[in-house]
Amino acid sequence: MTTAAVNLDSRAHYLNADYGIKSWLLTTDHKRIAILYLVSITLFFLVGGIAAVLIRIHLIEPNGAIFEPGAYNKLFSMHGIIMVFFFLIPSIPAVFGNFLVPMMIGARDLAFPKLNLLSWYIYMVGGVLVLYAVIWGGVDTGWTFYTPLSTTYVNTNVISAALGVFIAGFSSILTGLNFVVTIHKMRAPGMTWFRMPLFLWAMYATSLIQILGTPVVAITLALVALERVFHVGVFDPAVGGDPILFQHLFWFYSHPAVYIMILPSMGVVSELITCFSKKRIFGYSFVAFSSVAIAVISFLVWGHHMFVSGQSIYAGIIFSALSFAVAIPSAIKVFNWTATLYKGSVSYQAPMLYAIGFIGLFTMGGLTGLFLATLAVDTHVHDTYFVVGHFHYIMVGGAMMGYLGALHFWWPKITGRLYPDGWARLAAAVIFIGFNLTFFPQYLLGFLGMPRRIAIYPPEFQVLNVMSSAGASILAVGYAIPLVYLIWSMRYGPVAGPNPWGAKGLEWETPSPPPTENFPQTPVVTEEAYAYGK
Amino acid sequence: MQGHVVPKKTYFFIFGSLLALTALTTGMAYVDLGQWNTIVALIIACCKATLVVLFFMHLRWSPRLMRVVLLSAILWLAILISLTTTDFFSRGWTPIPEGWESSLLRPPTLPGNLLHRR
Amino acid sequence: MADSHAASALAHQFEDLEQQHDAASLGMWIFLATEVMFFGGLFAGYTIYRNLYPPGFAAGSHMLNVTIGAINTAVLICSSLTMALAVRAAQMGKKNSLVAFLLLTIALGLAFVLIKLTLEWRHDYWEGFAPGLNFTFAGPNAKSLELFFCFYFLMTGVHALHMVVGVGVLGVLLVQAGKGRFGPDRFNAVETAGLYWHFVDIVWIFLFPLLYLIGGRY
Repeated sequence: MTTAAVNLDSRAHYLNADYGIKSWLLTTDHKRIAILYLVSITLFFLVGGIAAVLIRIHLIEPNGAIFEPGAYNKLFSMHGIIMVFFFLIPSIPAVFGNFLVPMMIGARDLAFPKLNLLSWYIYMVGGVLVLYAVIWGGVDTGWTFYTPLSTTYVNTNVISAALGVFIAGFSSILTGLNFVVTIHKMRAPGMTWFRMPLFLWAMYATSLIQILGTPVVAITLALVALERVFHVGVFDPAVGGDPILFQHLFWFYSHPAVYIMILPSMGVVSELITCFSKKRIFGYSFVAFSSVAIAVISFLVWGHHMFVSGQSIYAGIIFSALSFAVAIPSAIKVFNWTATLYKGSVSYQAPMLYAIGFIGLFTMGGLTGLFLATLAVDTHVHDTYFVVGHFHYIMVGGAMMGYLGALHFWWPKITGRLYPDGWARLAAAVIFIGFNLTFFPQYLLGFLGMPRRIAIYPPEFQVLNVMSSAGASILAVGYAIPLVYLIWSMRYGPVAGPNPWGAKGLEWETPSPPPTENFPQTPVVTEEAYAYGK
Repeated sequence: MQGHVVPKKTYFFIFGSLLALTALTTGMAYVDLGQWNTIVALIIACCKATLVVLFFMHLRWSPRLMRVVLLSAILWLAILISLTTTDFFSRGWTPIPEGWESSLLRPPTLPGNLLHRR
Repeated sequence: MADSHAASALAHQFEDLEQQHDAASLGMWIFLATEVMFFGGLFAGYTIYRNLYPPGFAAGSHMLNVTIGAINTAVLICSSLTMALAVRAAQMGKKNSLVAFLLLTIALGLAFVLIKLTLEWRHDYWEGFAPGLNFTFAGPNAKSLELFFCFYFLMTGVHALHMVVGVGVLGVLLVQAGKGRFGPDRFNAVETAGLYWHFVDIVWIFLFPLLYLIGGRY
């Protein structure tokens, strides 16, 4: 394995098919659009990550180390808005969904390639608006924009932030629309629904949520913006409006949105677990249907964010019961992945480390979700760091691990290069350690009563806060390491070949990087998914 | 491939029906039916919408998948409206302590208000 | 083997024209599902508040002109007819009919918006029923009446915006139709635009009774 710069240009593929900035900015090739998204979401992750670092440094001191409360409020708001809407929600769908959906079903491109490019531009316009809001004074309502704070009482850039999210929502909708049509109408001959890789089932379920939920938050944020501009007060108590209505409309989307963030990672984990155990998935149809079940039930539980808001207690009981139900399909997946590992020939390359990390950390995050779904417990831990710990275990320990696992698994396919696995495993270990040190203390802090979204805290919480901040610095180092070796690999990494992992799936039957049209002829599928022979 | 071509006669017949139903719903507003006014108006609106969907939008001759898409959208809207209203209409079931009542946001009690309130 | 005309109508990612047509239709129906949810947020808010404040909403509804509303409903139904006929003309390759029906549909859509702007909204503004801009009504139920008018302007405004976008899209199609672009193998754009147009009509079919006919007119 040489580390000299080896040229991949001996044959034509999607990266050398055309050169110049126009060939990238006007491309309709789903693979190039995936790269456009990869670069942009990495940039947004950096911005959101800087906000996180600043928050953790500030929280080293009980009276706040750096910022005034107003500035602190802006920091956590911007961290939330950018991470949720501009990193987590697009991450796997826009990068790996775009790259892999056509390849996994044996198609030449998505159903609507130009719409795909438009999605990216819409996403960038939304992102620019939010960055403007961040730079020109910030927004301090929290990423949840609760009324009447956001409509009446703050003087920050609510309108541009809300508009930015509104616009980015359409990017999400169009991506979901593209995937659903592609999966329904463009599967290769022989690729029945139950021969599809589970990643596609996960992308399909995610797309359902994007299509049905995002429009509601769009109109809701538009109403907030209109109320600020025209004083058309639909949520204003002065004319009989109810702020709780905002919360209903907001969470109707934003709860399913968290499943937009986690379902794709679950799909990735199904791919990784099977490949690195060299074994068929245990219970294919259970895992496939559980993705759809999560998508459906996720729309029935939003009131669990509103248990102490003034919502009727009877509605709270219904939402609590349904929230217990939504945990079941997720648990089914965890059981099936574990059963897949059993008696497999397991290897521990970096993608597998991320997959295993996902299973453990997502389980912890999911179980703490059940604590929060319990009405009586939530009364005590709502708006505390317990909630913060819970969703970071799922979003960072879960979704982010899935994203990194996908990045490391399909990197050879996307770039044609291998990265050094030793460094990759080290980074995974550093991330795992840093992550737990950052967020496990937050469960304890929340249970002990430290509220979230407040710039100062009682001195008795300092030790745990310092631990959390120390962990964050380790986590930051862990994230920086892959940046280095992945970029290095693009020029100096060994040539990957079509299938460096020995994985099953149509995408592995193409050269790395793939040609623009993916397949010279439309493939015909004759075997089941994950036909590893066990 | 031309797709299914609908005869002009069908379109004009549906058009006439839609105009007639519009006249009907407008006329019914001038008849005192109490609470049933709203229900009748909504039923007529649903009939009109169904005619547009089936014939103008060709759903009658479209693959079953399109019907699933439409029905899913309607179902999801129903979920949004129904679960939200359970909150607002069950607030009255919890007694409010003396002096806490807001004069403006008095929650109506279920199930009577929808049928008996005027 | 597809002839050269058909081959140019087939995008590279599709295997045949039927797949392309099915994908386009499914795509538009899914987009309409998102529009159902988009308007649905407004309908949900409307449902809650109407049932919280029946007298105020009925009073507000009585301030609206049923005749104009009914006429506008008829205008939109006519435009749906002309749109359906336009799609039919595209399917049959009848260029002149297609152009004529698209023109009629655009005219009717613009008529709807004009009636709304000049006869209804301007009147409401001068009468003091425009929340945020000029709300001077001070009778009983003033607050819930203001809430009603918030929803009235929001719902009809978002609807009118959709109409204007639709008119724009039809304008583009009109120009293309004039150049003879559409025919039996190439009418997906007209059909999907038609689906969108009919949907906007359906939204109005529900808005009319829900906004104009609350509490009856007897």
